[in-house]
Amino acid sequence: MTATGTMTAIKTETMIEVRDLRKEFTVRRKVGRIRRESRTVAAVDGVALSIARGETVGYIGPNGAGKSTTLKMMTGILTPTSGHVRVCGLEPVPRRRRLAGRIGVVFGQRSQLWWDLPLRESFRLLGFVYAVPRAEHEARLRQCRAMLELDEFMDTPVRQLSLGQRMRGEITAALLHGPDVLFLDEPTIGLDVVSKQSLRAFLAEIGTRGDVTTVLTTHDLADIEHLCRRLIVIDCGQVVHDGTLEALHARYGSRRRVVVDLDEARALDVRMPGVAIEAIEADGRRVTFALDGVPAGELIATIARDGGLRDVSVREPTIEEVVARLYRG
Amino acid sequence: MTFAFARPLRVDHPPDRRARLYRFGALVGAGFRRWSTYRQAALAGLFTNTVFGVMIYSLMRALTEDGRRPGGYDAAQLATYVWVGQGILSVVHAWTWNELADRVRSGDVTADLLRPIDPFEAFLAADLGRAAYAVLARMLVPVLAGALMFTMYIPQRPYTIPLFVLSLILGTVLSFTLRYLVNLGAFWLLDARGLGAVWLLASGVFAGTFFPLRFLPDWAQVVLWFGTPFPGLFQIPLDVVVERPGPAQQIGSVVLQLVWVAILVPLVLRVQRAATDKLVIQGG
Amino acid sequence: MSRAYGRLVQAQIRSQTQYRTSFGVDVASCALSTLVEAAVVLVVFRVSPTVGGFGLREVLVMSALAVFAFDLADLLVGNIERLSLYVRKGMLDAILVRPLRVLPQLLATDFALRRIGRVAQSSVLLAVVLVYAAPHWTPARVLMLVLTPIAGCALFAAVFVTGACVAFWFVESGEIANAFTYGGKEFARYPATIYPGLLRRVFGYGVGLALVGYHPALFLTGHADPLGGPDWLAWLSPAVAAFAWLIALLMWRTGIRHYRSTGS
Repeated sequence: MTATGTMTAIKTETMIEVRDLRKEFTVRRKVGRIRRESRTVAAVDGVALSIARGETVGYIGPNGAGKSTTLKMMTGILTPTSGHVRVCGLEPVPRRRRLAGRIGVVFGQRSQLWWDLPLRESFRLLGFVYAVPRAEHEARLRQCRAMLELDEFMDTPVRQLSLGQRMRGEITAALLHGPDVLFLDEPTIGLDVVSKQSLRAFLAEIGTRGDVTTVLTTHDLADIEHLCRRLIVIDCGQVVHDGTLEALHARYGSRRRVVVDLDEARALDVRMPGVAIEAIEADGRRVTFALDGVPAGELIATIARDGGLRDVSVREPTIEEVVARLYRG
Repeated sequence: MTFAFARPLRVDHPPDRRARLYRFGALVGAGFRRWSTYRQAALAGLFTNTVFGVMIYSLMRALTEDGRRPGGYDAAQLATYVWVGQGILSVVHAWTWNELADRVRSGDVTADLLRPIDPFEAFLAADLGRAAYAVLARMLVPVLAGALMFTMYIPQRPYTIPLFVLSLILGTVLSFTLRYLVNLGAFWLLDARGLGAVWLLASGVFAGTFFPLRFLPDWAQVVLWFGTPFPGLFQIPLDVVVERPGPAQQIGSVVLQLVWVAILVPLVLRVQRAATDKLVIQGG
Repeated sequence: MSRAYGRLVQAQIRSQTQYRTSFGVDVASCALSTLVEAAVVLVVFRVSPTVGGFGLREVLVMSALAVFAFDLADLLVGNIERLSLYVRKGMLDAILVRPLRVLPQLLATDFALRRIGRVAQSSVLLAVVLVYAAPHWTPARVLMLVLTPIAGCALFAAVFVTGACVAFWFVESGEIANAFTYGGKEFARYPATIYPGLLRRVFGYGVGLALVGYHPALFLTGHADPLGGPDWLAWLSPAVAAFAWLIALLMWRTGIRHYRSTGS
């Protein structure tokens, strides 16, 4: 009882609290040959969210939706135009240095490492920059080296690392001071399949430990499927979805599909509520059904009764589908 | 159905002279347009040129007190020298230029080599476009500012202005050729910044931007004029416009610029060939 | 915390010295450029016996003082010029997410050791010029000699920072700063008497650059100011430098808030 009580207490500790957050930019546009017109655009327009300790949250949206801008306001890089932000209980811009010690940030497209120096040196320097006690620093580095297999390139100058190697270095760099919150801005961008998988495995491992809160922006929805229970979708500067992946599917009516291959073409007379034929291919020998809340077993059983069923596959709805619909929405 | 871009690319016939000229012109235009987007930078540059113009001219005027003629220039000629000098500073652009060196370092240069146009020719065209824009955006205003604030020397000989234009073009080509040469160093040196620093120093001092080279002792002038291409960048165009030497020397100095172009361009092309050979053999 | 900045400087030095040949050439050419600048004064006096009413001796002292102060500032903060690059490419992000102050962090991260060659040359030059000019040394003059380069360096440094701040608003306008930094050095090297009134008022007494070379040189060589400025003017340089830093830091604070982090 008490154990559960403590658990809930930790779970409900809010690490990131955002209300009515707004960021406006002045954009100058060329009108005609000489004249320029400037107008104000809200990149983030009233975002509100709350993230508890230990959560791993995917923060997604189309290009220019305001993802990076929100992230930059949460990390103290950008000053909000208006609104309320607290990360680790601190207001990012005025308490920037204090906050910096408690968060780790990885920009997929920008390096935190020293370009001309070996990776090892960059880590050592970060130890000094963040004033991490030596023993702690070494313990974390040892862990990361083992889990991310850094040993083979610890002495290589960063400029000579492959993108995958560099990313592993960047993630390590962001973790060495033991941050409470980890911000990952497109960490898998440009990585090959193997590098992506190993990075995801590592982040998943961190996620399951439950002491680091992670906010992840990405365009690769597989990252989200592997790592995040919760998903926040932003579009045109506003939150359009905040909840689990399942809730997203439910809300936007994504459907599972059943594909049946028949021995020979025949008309399938399936009249069940919530089942629709979506496609007929291979001269009528392959039929795809879309299911709306109907268990697949029922449909398959109905078809199998008539015989001539060669193969069946059930396809889960893909996140791409939902998100594409959401973005276009 | 065939797509336009699916046509086989054939370079059996190298483009004829006219086509090459058109292509060069198009690249110059592209260079011009590219630079014309940096409006803020041009305004900031104008301000800086004007401030420097006032400062340098103040010093020069102080030298002409009591009717002295330093280096054989009178006060009005020095005014023209300084203000036109500030104006052509960014036309000739004898400063740092790292575009090629950066492309060598990043490996993008291989893409340049794949094009059916010589990189030197393409970069030169772009640079001339940049210079043409600088004439409009960076040269006219300082000259006008100088003319409003101080008494400037107006050229008397009818052919001086066209000769100046030619000399300025040659100066720009010389400047570009030398910059390109410095950048080619990146094929051999991992970091060509040091080489760039030497160029910056030499082009600053020996070209006549700090002070007219005629302030120097005669022997130093002879060495610079005939031993280095640097006076061709600034000193010669400026001397042409203020008509410091007599007509024969005025035309002769532009011929000297031509000679330097004739020496340096083939040299650069040779170094470039050696550089690309190295790239092909070592694979970058 | 200050140890962290020291480590950043060390790292930067290690990165720079990796390209040994280039670094060597860099140091050498930096040093050479100081010699060349000194030579310009000699060239000027080759064609004219006086400049603005002063002889070679006085002008050399001004020039040496101003150049030494400038080179020192250039070594310490000159690379703040790169701020416009940081702003344009959004590279300031990585600096902002570290638990260190932004300005010292940038200065440490970009510390350009090669400029040490220039400072070495200009300090030697100052010594040589002082031997040549041979002022009659009094305690006040010795104090002035110590004070001037320090205050001058601080003033130039403040000008560098203020100028760099322009990039927070106008990314491509870095050249404006050059008018005050490199232009300021040019201004301070020669007697204030040669400049037209407006320029003298703005650069000499508005920015305070007349207190870097001109007035201290008058004090050291025992000259009265032909422009009628009082003797004690040269002692104001620390106050002027402090005020310039106040403005620089104010600009910096405002600028950082204005940072837009584009480029990604």
